Amino acid sequence: MGPLATTVTRLYGTRGWVTLGVCAFLLFVLVPLGNLAIPEGSIFHISTYWVTLIGKIMCYAIVALAMDLIWGYCGILSLGHGLFFALGGYAMGMYLMRQIGREGQYKMDMPDFMVFLDWKEFPWQWWNSDQFWWAMLLVVAVPALLAFVFGFFAFRSRIKGVYFSIITQALTYAAMLLFFRNETGFGGNNGFTDFKRILGFAITTAETRVALFAITGAALLGTLLLARYIVISKLGRILAAIRDAESRVMFCGYNTVNYKLFIWTLSAVICGIAGALYVPQVGIINPGEMSPANSIEIAIWVAVGGRGTLVGAIVGAGAVNGAKSFFTQAAPEYWLYVLGLLFIVVTLFMPRGIVGLYGQLREKWSRRAAA
Amino acid sequence: MRITSILLLLLFSVLARPAAAFDADAVRALVFGDGEQQVAAIAALVADGDARGAQVLEALAEGELKTSGKRILIVQGEKAIDAISGAVLSAPHADAEEIIANNRLRRELAGGIAALKLASADRATRLAAAKELSGGAAEAMLPLVRKALDREDDPGIKGMLEMIAAAMEIKSSDREVRIAAIRRLATSSNRDTKTLLLGVLERKDGAWVEADADLRAEAEKSLRVVEGQLAWGERAGLAFAGVSLGSILLLAALGLAITYGLMGVINMAHGELIMIGAYTTYVVQNLFKLHAPGAFDWYLPCAVPASFIMAAVIGMILERGVIRFLYGRPLETLLATWGISLVLIQAVRTLFGAQNVQVENPAWMSGGVEMLTNVVLPYSRIVIIAFVAVVLACMWLLLTRTRLGLFVRGVTQNRAMASCVGVPTGRVDTLAFGLGCGIAGLAGCALSQIGNVGPDLGQSYIVDSFMVVVLGGVGQLAGTVYAALGLGFANKLLESWSGAVLAKIVVLVFIIIFIQKRPQGLFALKGRSVEN
Repeated sequence: MGPLATTVTRLYGTRGWVTLGVCAFLLFVLVPLGNLAIPEGSIFHISTYWVTLIGKIMCYAIVALAMDLIWGYCGILSLGHGLFFALGGYAMGMYLMRQIGREGQYKMDMPDFMVFLDWKEFPWQWWNSDQFWWAMLLVVAVPALLAFVFGFFAFRSRIKGVYFSIITQALTYAAMLLFFRNETGFGGNNGFTDFKRILGFAITTAETRVALFAITGAALLGTLLLARYIVISKLGRILAAIRDAESRVMFCGYNTVNYKLFIWTLSAVICGIAGALYVPQVGIINPGEMSPANSIEIAIWVAVGGRGTLVGAIVGAGAVNGAKSFFTQAAPEYWLYVLGLLFIVVTLFMPRGIVGLYGQLREKWSRRAAA
Repeated sequence: MRITSILLLLLFSVLARPAAAFDADAVRALVFGDGEQQVAAIAALVADGDARGAQVLEALAEGELKTSGKRILIVQGEKAIDAISGAVLSAPHADAEEIIANNRLRRELAGGIAALKLASADRATRLAAAKELSGGAAEAMLPLVRKALDREDDPGIKGMLEMIAAAMEIKSSDREVRIAAIRRLATSSNRDTKTLLLGVLERKDGAWVEADADLRAEAEKSLRVVEGQLAWGERAGLAFAGVSLGSILLLAALGLAITYGLMGVINMAHGELIMIGAYTTYVVQNLFKLHAPGAFDWYLPCAVPASFIMAAVIGMILERGVIRFLYGRPLETLLATWGISLVLIQAVRTLFGAQNVQVENPAWMSGGVEMLTNVVLPYSRIVIIAFVAVVLACMWLLLTRTRLGLFVRGVTQNRAMASCVGVPTGRVDTLAFGLGCGIAGLAGCALSQIGNVGPDLGQSYIVDSFMVVVLGGVGQLAGTVYAALGLGFANKLLESWSGAVLAKIVVLVFIIIFIQKRPQGLFALKGRSVEN
């Protein structure tokens, strides 16, 4: 076998690849066909609402994967991942705002909120923002840079555990306050919305939506494979070792700072990409995405699905957000109860999450049978 | 002696009402004239100081002055009075048209009425009138103000009137009068005085607006004195705001200093316990309103223990029910307590509604001490600072002087050893956690007096209080105190030149950087272990 084939077989077994293939078929064939080819009214028709909803949840699943990489495998609980997600979204949003052109409320070249604030020219943050490649660069570079600088100082001074969590929370809180200001130049309270087109395609048409959906699906599968590749590599072993006994790894001669910094930065970049995919589908980005509550919710997706399993992250993001969509429509006043109880129940009774529930129960039964 | 004073009084009353003829022409000008004539009419009526003139002016300000053909009426409900003759008219005047006063006229009116009220016997009325005139008065009021100044014996009002008079005299045509006025302005610490003096020193196109150099020099001197006083006032105000914010941060963080600092339990629901304290205060307030409205002013002394007990009981239930199972797993504790906070927020929304509720200050807490003219220290803030000091003292005594405190410290330092010598560690944990939560409840009670009370109250304090504890260093009460006061000062200081939001961001970034430098906070317990 060649090196590529070895990698492929090491990533997942036959059953795993078949499952992935089925998922890919669903994402790239069935849903697009169901939405575009089958006419409305047929029971096989998949409405654009569903396409958007699943696309949105897939973005969350990518974030959950990023969270699982650093929390599940490296033991670092970040309460600031919403910030990287939002930064990626804002980078994309800037480009989308420029694409509106003169179709805004004021029929001006500048985005509406700038006209409203009576700004005559673009502030420096908006340099080159009408170029798609520049937006793509920002989506990756801004979260990466922030995460690298922040992580470099934090890990070097050996901040860990709850301390790290609280500081990341303060970071995203500070960023949220900053983005709420009109003077920051990103639309203040309202953020960006009313997008018209992306790369020249009208953003609300079913075709564009399906294309975005497929790209998000590809990104999700790609992230899963990348994360899996990292996890089973030697690097992944060292990360797990850092999670379980950091001092021992240090005494063995590893510089743990570099490993943590790498996985932390990578995780932030993945979040940024997810944010960039999220904004054109949902059609709005505002500083609310940076609120500490949003970032903590990411942790609960991973915890619900099962930490340190990768697949669990996707399952958890799907389950929690699916429930959220259901409850916020059917009984909005009960959603916070459900979410709150989910936090409590999962931490108390389901340490391995949904994915690990079967194993957990089986252990319990076998212990009972033995006794 | 007595005769002379009576004579003086008589003389006064004669002087105060020079030929107290009611100026009917002025009233007509006021109603039918154009803008300039109306202003002049107000000045004339005020200068007369006649009671009926005053009545007409007040009617105009209230929108009660109406015209019916050539007649001018003061219409109050069903009753109508002819403004010129003073006759009471019985017939209803449905066709009467209201006289609309524009903004300029309203300003003049307000000044005029205030000037007339300066003659009132009631101190409060005179004070209000003087305050109204401090905002700016027409020059025509000067004689009236001078007269009032001679009569006035209240030192506070007298000072204000002197300032008002000086403000008018500074625009006088007599040079000596102006210089005297400028000199007198130096004794004021009023903000408006500064703009007045700056007006004299104004430049336009490189040339002085005021040609007289001596006058400018005087104004410069006065301005420096006034600015010095204002700066002191501002500094004092800033210091007070800093202490006040610091005390609030301290109160919010004190409970956390126990639960997180001493016990190592990271309680994200801490903010919600503050919120529960505030809502308990709200409930106690409502009970007093309902059952003992007479004793309403004394609801706070009842609310303080109530909010402590409420929050402490909920805290102890949480500790027994959830947190106990998560000791030693801080990240899981964080997530579980966050879940608890969500449930508590929603529960309060269900019980009390999502809107903010109204908590009223008792009468003795409203108002404030006026230190300098530009600084007012609200009583509510002063009471809270004192309250925080008392709570801090009680907590210090509890931790250092009681058996429970001894146990808490013992369990903190070495749980296994404490357990071996017979300390019931489980019960100590519950009680200590209850204490921390109870103090959060007290914080809520205090916060309800100065801010909005709503379900999201706690969320806005949680990041701040964690910052205080983290900055102060875990396990140290002194560190928490210094960190809270330091953050309060830093926040207010930055706020004064960069705005509230930016100040908060700068402080947060500063803490993040600071923690990189000293990961254990300001006052860390010294130790040699690799892991803590």
